[in-house]
Amino acid sequence: MKLLEGSTGWITGASRGIGRATAVEASRQGATLILTARSLEDLAETAQEIESAGGNSPELIACDVSDDAKLSAAFKEVHAHTKKLDFVVNNAGILRDAFLGMISSAQIREVMQTNLFSVIQIMQFAARLMTAQKSGSIVNIASIIGRTGNEGQVVYGASKAAVIGATKSAARELAPKGIRVNAVAPGVIETSMIANIPEPKLQELKSSIKMGRLGAPEEVARVICMLASNYTSYVTGQVIGVDGGMWL
Amino acid sequence: MSESEIKLRHAFARGLNIPEAEVTNALEYRNTKGWDSLAHMSLIASLDSTFEIMMDIDDILDLSSYDKARGILVKYGVQF
Repeated sequence: MKLLEGSTGWITGASRGIGRATAVEASRQGATLILTARSLEDLAETAQEIESAGGNSPELIACDVSDDAKLSAAFKEVHAHTKKLDFVVNNAGILRDAFLGMISSAQIREVMQTNLFSVIQIMQFAARLMTAQKSGSIVNIASIIGRTGNEGQVVYGASKAAVIGATKSAARELAPKGIRVNAVAPGVIETSMIANIPEPKLQELKSSIKMGRLGAPEEVARVICMLASNYTSYVTGQVIGVDGGMWL
Repeated sequence: MSESEIKLRHAFARGLNIPEAEVTNALEYRNTKGWDSLAHMSLIASLDSTFEIMMDIDDILDLSSYDKARGILVKYGVQF
């Protein structure tokens, strides 16, 4: 039996990195998927990977989660496509590094809109569909930076810490309705998000990871799929670190 | 009573977890026993699924009585 057999899920930011790996793994585990990202072209690559592995063709929706109107339109499209939503993975996020004295208010708003506001809005939407069916799993992608902080990542760290707070509060509210809400906090994962980290800084980061290596997106994806599935039916309000022991 | 009115009463009963006989035009958010903010979300889910719509957040916040619900549903093409 596959972990997500017969389930329908929505994954945001599914065109690359952890989102893409999660889409591929969720499909491999039997899920039917709705995938969103800013670019349909990039999403098509994810869909192709899924289909060539024998998975069900996903529904693709172009959506910039930082745009309220587009997000609202995506809700309507997802709702039109499926009345049943078993899991949601809130993965879309952006990174805008800057030291404290160099952060503009526009930058704060941009990061918070994408990394936090959309997470809350998508949880609201998902909870409505899941309340009707009295079951469901929401998995929010936080970050180890939301737990430990990091130089140059005041805004990003704040947004991810807020995601953790939102996860725990929503978990309390939604548990009586049979809806679970958890967060995954990846450490340093080999995605385009770390492409701009200078090599010496990357080496320093690696040395702080107890397992001595960066993580692969697939290693995060497997934990996300486990939380999305009924395999973890009694787990809610948790933050699962996938960081090779970086937080220890 | 129109078919939509019957569906609305049914959706309210299911959403607020009250007998259908207790669903009247007098129902009001916070003034009706059991219609608190948590029950409100169940009510919205019930209305969404009954009428196959997806209400905007502004309408959810504005839906403060049975009568208001009827008015809001008209905006989504429901005829009473």
